[in-house]
Amino acid sequence: MLVFILKRLLVAIPVLLILIVGTFILMYTAPGSPFATDRGIPPAVLANLEAQYGLDQPFAVQIWRYIVGIVTEFDFGPSFIYRDQDVNDLIGQGFPVTLTYGFWSFVVAVIVGGALGILAAVKHNTWLDYLAVGISIGAQVLPNFVLAPILVLVFTLWLGWLPGGGWQGGQIEYIILPVIALSTSFMASIARISRASMLEVLTSNFIRTARAKGLPMRRVIFRHALKPALLPVISYLGPAFVGMITGSVVIDIYFSTGGIGQFFVASALNRDYGVMMGITVLLGTLTILFNLLVDILYAWIDPKIRY
Amino acid sequence: MALLDVKDLRVSFDTPDGEVHAVNGMTLSLDRGESLAIVGESGSGKTQLAFAILGLLARNGHATGSVRFDGTEILNLPEPKLNKIRANEISMIFQDPMTSLNPFMRVGDQMAEVLMLHHGTSKSKALSESAQMLDAVRIPDARSRLRMYPHEFSGGMRQRIMVAMSLLCRPKLLIADEPTTALDVTVQNQIMQLMADIQRDFDTALILITHDLAIVAGACARTLVMYGGQVMEMGRTDDLFEAPSHPYTLGLLKAVPRLDVPQETLETIPGDPPDLTQLPDGCPFSPRCPLAFEPCADRMPALEPFGEGRFRACHANREDLE
Repeated sequence: MLVFILKRLLVAIPVLLILIVGTFILMYTAPGSPFATDRGIPPAVLANLEAQYGLDQPFAVQIWRYIVGIVTEFDFGPSFIYRDQDVNDLIGQGFPVTLTYGFWSFVVAVIVGGALGILAAVKHNTWLDYLAVGISIGAQVLPNFVLAPILVLVFTLWLGWLPGGGWQGGQIEYIILPVIALSTSFMASIARISRASMLEVLTSNFIRTARAKGLPMRRVIFRHALKPALLPVISYLGPAFVGMITGSVVIDIYFSTGGIGQFFVASALNRDYGVMMGITVLLGTLTILFNLLVDILYAWIDPKIRY
Repeated sequence: MALLDVKDLRVSFDTPDGEVHAVNGMTLSLDRGESLAIVGESGSGKTQLAFAILGLLARNGHATGSVRFDGTEILNLPEPKLNKIRANEISMIFQDPMTSLNPFMRVGDQMAEVLMLHHGTSKSKALSESAQMLDAVRIPDARSRLRMYPHEFSGGMRQRIMVAMSLLCRPKLLIADEPTTALDVTVQNQIMQLMADIQRDFDTALILITHDLAIVAGACARTLVMYGGQVMEMGRTDDLFEAPSHPYTLGLLKAVPRLDVPQETLETIPGDPPDLTQLPDGCPFSPRCPLAFEPCADRMPALEPFGEGRFRACHANREDLE
């Protein structure tokens, strides 16, 4: 197991390198410049600025310096737009925010979605099942960029219960709406997946054995059916994680939460190369780590999987 | 008083294609410690009969009639009451040992939970009793095997584990549904030998469901032949093999391949098992029966006793079966 984890972490290094080089090439070939303004900059000033940020160097030198900076000093370079902050500062500001509501969205999606799906499967073909399926289909077809304004309309403008945006150091009332908006569609997917897999597990032979042992249905479900029914849900967590990162961009924009999603979009629009690279590397690393975590979870649940 | 008394048991399933009649008025009884084989082709309702007794029918299935166990009616009991009987008084072993154990749980935990549930035994005591039981079904090194998962055992071993698990509470009745069908022949013999020993040592009544007549011969004192969810004939196994009194039994016996006589082709019973959505009014076997005559298609013959403890349901004369 330990060997497996170490191997996976070692493999992550070339993957991240490829990610860095790929993103670098895309940015290098994309038109535009972080220093372009409507008024235009005198050529001499522009040349100075480019020299200051090392943009006058050949491509290979730029990328080499960037990687060396990360490896030796964990320095992701300066922001090209925010003159007095470097990339580490910006990520340090935004990432805790994203992590907070992202974590809670994950928890809500898994627990509510899982519970809904299992309930629907256990009460198959009853009104509870239909209700749960109805909710999950409704939640699935509602993209977060539609749901977010609806939530603000209802809970902020009509009911006045919750603030429609801001973060305020992550106070609970500021977290609720972003979490609902981000988690809903994933909750729906998890509900559908867990319902389908639970239905399948409940018809399997070993569940019949468990029932023939005289175990009450509750024990049959929690002790015998839950683990196998959760395996497909766990496989889905990897893609769900990536989806949530993309979703956080929308959340940051609608709720002005100040997470990295906001910086990410702004950096792409402003050609803030440093921030864009930094966030890309961060998300790439997280994705790799998360998939590793999913694999470990898999081995933990399924005794047939051993690394 | 008989241990198990089944009267006019009917099982049917609601399906999109109509109602499927799997069991159609089964009557049988079994004494303490007695062994009975139920024989028939696939689709003759053997398994559903067993499931109905234990209340394990699929959701779309329902059973009517009467099943008395130890003097108490148990058919269609509410789940909590059935749970007191399952594995405790009546145990069941299933057809496919490869999928009958939970692949996500240690074998020891799966066994121990039976004792913990029914006898309130502590976990450690339940585990050591499970180890003893694994020993009894001749699994070597039982103690350390408790920590293993089902996929670490072969099919024959898993079926031994199922047998051991089913016996933990010393049930009065063991129902084995084709326990050897999924196993290869040598392992089949071992398991059957084991079942016979167990039945003797534990004084458990046994219902062995099978389509394999070769297995029945040595294992069960009495045999019941089933077709279309009904009893065709019943009697002591030896008598029944020696002089079958029903054309279906005769067909089944003829279809057993023999090694001592040169055979060009394998005997078969022409035709297919009946369509359980549309059973004929009369004998379900009549469309395939070589002896069928005028009343057979219209009227089901009654199950009538003859000879020593034998019953048959057939319009044809016994002499014509020679």
